[in-house]
Amino acid sequence: GKNEYDLLVIGGGSGGLACAKEAAQFGRKVAVLDYVEPSPQGTSWGLGGTCVNVGCIPKKLMHQAALLGSALKDAQHYGWNIAQPVHHTWSVMAQAVQNYVKSLNWGHRVQLQDKKVKYFNMKGSFSDPHTVRGLTKAGKEIVVTADYIVLATGGRPKYPTHIAGALEYGITSDDLFWLKESPGKTLTPFVFNVSLECAGFLTGIGLDTTVMMRSIPLRGFDQARQMASLVTEHMESYGTKFLKRCFPTKVEKLKSNRLQVTWKNTDLGTEESDSFDTVMWAVGRAPDTKTLNLEAVGVKTNSETGKIIVDASEATSVPHIYAIGDITEGRPELTPTAIAAGKLLAQRLFGHSSELMDYDNVPTTVFTPLEYGCVGLSEEMAVQCHGSDNIEVFHAYYKPLEFTVAERDATQCYMKMVCLREGEQRILGLHFIGPNAGEVIQGFALGIKCGATYPQLMKTVGIHPTCAEEVTKLHITKRSGLDATVTGC
Amino acid sequence: SVQAHKEDKPQKMMEVNGLTPVPESYDYDLIVIGGGSGGLAAAKEAAKYEKKVMVLDFVMPTPQGSSWGLGGTCVNVGCIPKKLMHQAALLGQALQDSRKFGWQFTEEVKHNWMTMTESVQNYIGSLNWGYRVALRDNKVTYENAYGEFVGPHTIKATNKRGVEKLYTAERFLIATGERPRYLGIPGDKEYCISSDDLFSLPYCPGKTLVVGASYVALECAGFLAGLGLDVTVMVRSILLRGFDQDMANKIGEYMKEHGVNFIREFVPIKVEQIEEGTPGRLKVTAKSTTGNQIIEGEYNTVLLAIGRDPCTRKIGLDKVGVHINEKTGKIPVNDEEQTNVPYIYAVGDILQDKLELTPVAIQAGRLLVRRLYAGTTTKCDYVNVPTTVFTPLEYGACGYSEETAVEKFGEENIEVYHSHFWPLEWTVPSRDNNKCYAKIICNIQDNERVIGFHILGPNAGEVTQGFAAAIKCGMTKEQLDNTVGIHPVCAEV
Repeated sequence: GKNEYDLLVIGGGSGGLACAKEAAQFGRKVAVLDYVEPSPQGTSWGLGGTCVNVGCIPKKLMHQAALLGSALKDAQHYGWNIAQPVHHTWSVMAQAVQNYVKSLNWGHRVQLQDKKVKYFNMKGSFSDPHTVRGLTKAGKEIVVTADYIVLATGGRPKYPTHIAGALEYGITSDDLFWLKESPGKTLTPFVFNVSLECAGFLTGIGLDTTVMMRSIPLRGFDQARQMASLVTEHMESYGTKFLKRCFPTKVEKLKSNRLQVTWKNTDLGTEESDSFDTVMWAVGRAPDTKTLNLEAVGVKTNSETGKIIVDASEATSVPHIYAIGDITEGRPELTPTAIAAGKLLAQRLFGHSSELMDYDNVPTTVFTPLEYGCVGLSEEMAVQCHGSDNIEVFHAYYKPLEFTVAERDATQCYMKMVCLREGEQRILGLHFIGPNAGEVIQGFALGIKCGATYPQLMKTVGIHPTCAEEVTKLHITKRSGLDATVTGC
Repeated sequence: SVQAHKEDKPQKMMEVNGLTPVPESYDYDLIVIGGGSGGLAAAKEAAKYEKKVMVLDFVMPTPQGSSWGLGGTCVNVGCIPKKLMHQAALLGQALQDSRKFGWQFTEEVKHNWMTMTESVQNYIGSLNWGYRVALRDNKVTYENAYGEFVGPHTIKATNKRGVEKLYTAERFLIATGERPRYLGIPGDKEYCISSDDLFSLPYCPGKTLVVGASYVALECAGFLAGLGLDVTVMVRSILLRGFDQDMANKIGEYMKEHGVNFIREFVPIKVEQIEEGTPGRLKVTAKSTTGNQIIEGEYNTVLLAIGRDPCTRKIGLDKVGVHINEKTGKIPVNDEEQTNVPYIYAVGDILQDKLELTPVAIQAGRLLVRRLYAGTTTKCDYVNVPTTVFTPLEYGACGYSEETAVEKFGEENIEVYHSHFWPLEWTVPSRDNNKCYAKIICNIQDNERVIGFHILGPNAGEVTQGFAAAIKCGMTKEQLDNTVGIHPVCAEV
């Protein structure tokens, strides 16, 4: 055609790269534009998007660092003689993590090259429906035209700009993983899974960490509050401080360069303050669409969220322009869904496939000190959809074998399965709190995809001794009111 | 003669099998011989249906004198202590990793065997106690006595002090499990230990020779090496017979690269004591299986893990006519766990052609009891039972091995999808990037249904469990492809 490329992808993150590489497999001419606007604190990074640079990857690695701290404590019970005290050096960890991330940036560039995908480190914006202007940091400009355009620019952390000093003195997850020096005593106000995960590993590596929450934790995750409160309960016993029913009103810088945060305690109606080394905001993420110039080409966005509206085939309101990943309205903000959607999109555009992305029953995990994995409906959603009389909730409090010798508290190790009460008792949702939650949930997500029923799960023999086997043994219902504590053997 | 003492006796059962007429009423509805995973599960289940149940459990001390409490192999000398010691070894590795993640502590870290073993034994003791309480709470009579059949519906129970009692029951469940096999060479019983002794060994085993290539051998060798001991494994022929050999070899490779020595195609022919002690010093003489070569080696401990034999030869089965496989000692049963004698059943490791796994024994025991007393018809499903080998690099599997799949379906009818992966947690500490591996075997003729799942990597058990459930639901490759991964975890591979 008259356009230079078959496909132009704007955004070199999980979704964008997957789509681009898949399209290249079909012998198409593909280009990727990727550009990282530095954070207010000046942090920037390479190719790969949020997940690789400031999301899943560094998060999980730092979570691992914290888990290893617990392992060091456990090890003594298991006979390992380690001289106390043990301490953690942020810069060693940060450098190791940052080096690994940089190797991934490099790996992505090599992959694009191998697959003959053209890569521009430029910020893209629409000139017309098939034309995108790319701008480098230095101001150099190029013009790219393409038959199809996929928007995958992701999102960036929001700032609570109504709070004085929030923007000037606070950081976000965009900065946390790239800090060269320890964040020290940290406050992270507002609770989403990001701040809980970060607060969790910061506590785990020995830092004084406080989470401030106005209302309920983990909005969006199992609104029955049960799972969210078990997670936060564990974190409290783990050492993270919680300031509940509080919200910050201002942040000021002290002469010592530390930060003074003032907040309102809605329970007591008082105003309180304390000093911190770091304030990390995690108030949600906003889609990165402002500079794309979407209005010029007529791509519709949700007026409230700013996210791009797409249909089941990821098409926007403009027929040849598509969008995937975190910028799309109504989609889970997860790397694997973006990747899968990106690949399927490429297969539909260039590979004669008609398969659409199935966003149902997408499993996910929150990597807090005690991990929470889930797939399917939350208890509340299930009740809402089917009525509490039509669902059965099986649950159990269990104790991982490895906690016994280590003398670890397993009070919040818990699982529950939400099923339809009648008929074949199809499983609607599974929730698991415990070590390696992601590893546990993954296979069951597969089962749920296959329409697993409660009887089928009961027929599955357990692997012994694991935590996951307890899922196949769930038999105590919430309805019965019986004590749900189970003993392993 | 029958001891009559209990007030409300169970209903009688008429003559069985044309044997001598049986008494009109029995002491118990059910007597379970063997207080292990299968036996206890069945006993507790039966008590739920208000049946009068007795459990006889007795542990014959090992040649080295080791013994243990109620709970069977799994709790005392199997799964539980094994996984805990495996965990101790994994923590040793974690210590090394943690330095790369910024943790700082002394360079030299040593492991104390006694601290670990004491903790493990204390935990096991709590389980033994828990079982006794559970039986009591369920009104199941428990006797720490050796049970053997002496006549139809009649069993003799002999306790530690030699006191004999006779009991009758309408039905019996044999769940006596197995014990480690010895080599039958000079010095084996005198100087060697088995897994029965290892988990309560009151001294560090030191430089150890593990004889055998079973999962027991590899798991033990694995954690002993992980704790810092000098370990050698002597293998007669192949590793993990019966398991997917592709995976078995990868496990062996990993262990070799991580400090376990292997002596392949040799068998010990003599074990002699050089010096007494805790541990002492032993000289092992071994002969090649492929030639005449003889080698010698010195070790502190020799651990035999060449297999397990069922405890069925000395429990009077001949007196009641229960058939056993003379060669193996295993008991053949029908698909309802019934022996050739209608009122005698069997579950667990002693069954012929069934899997030697705790959860299988528990499942079989429970379902059997529900069929007997609750009128259900559900039989134990032995197909697609998942399992995990807790070697240093863990191996989880469910369904067919590649070889068995090829044999059953033909190479052209199966498709194997596979991938190496590098757990994210291994990147920073620069651990092996090409060892973790996963493969699925699909049946092309049946919609590419997944008939085999194999994974080699951390937390293999946790990963495999869910996939086993999915395989039970008849998962196909397409469904697997359509399931979104959780990121970043190993299981998403």
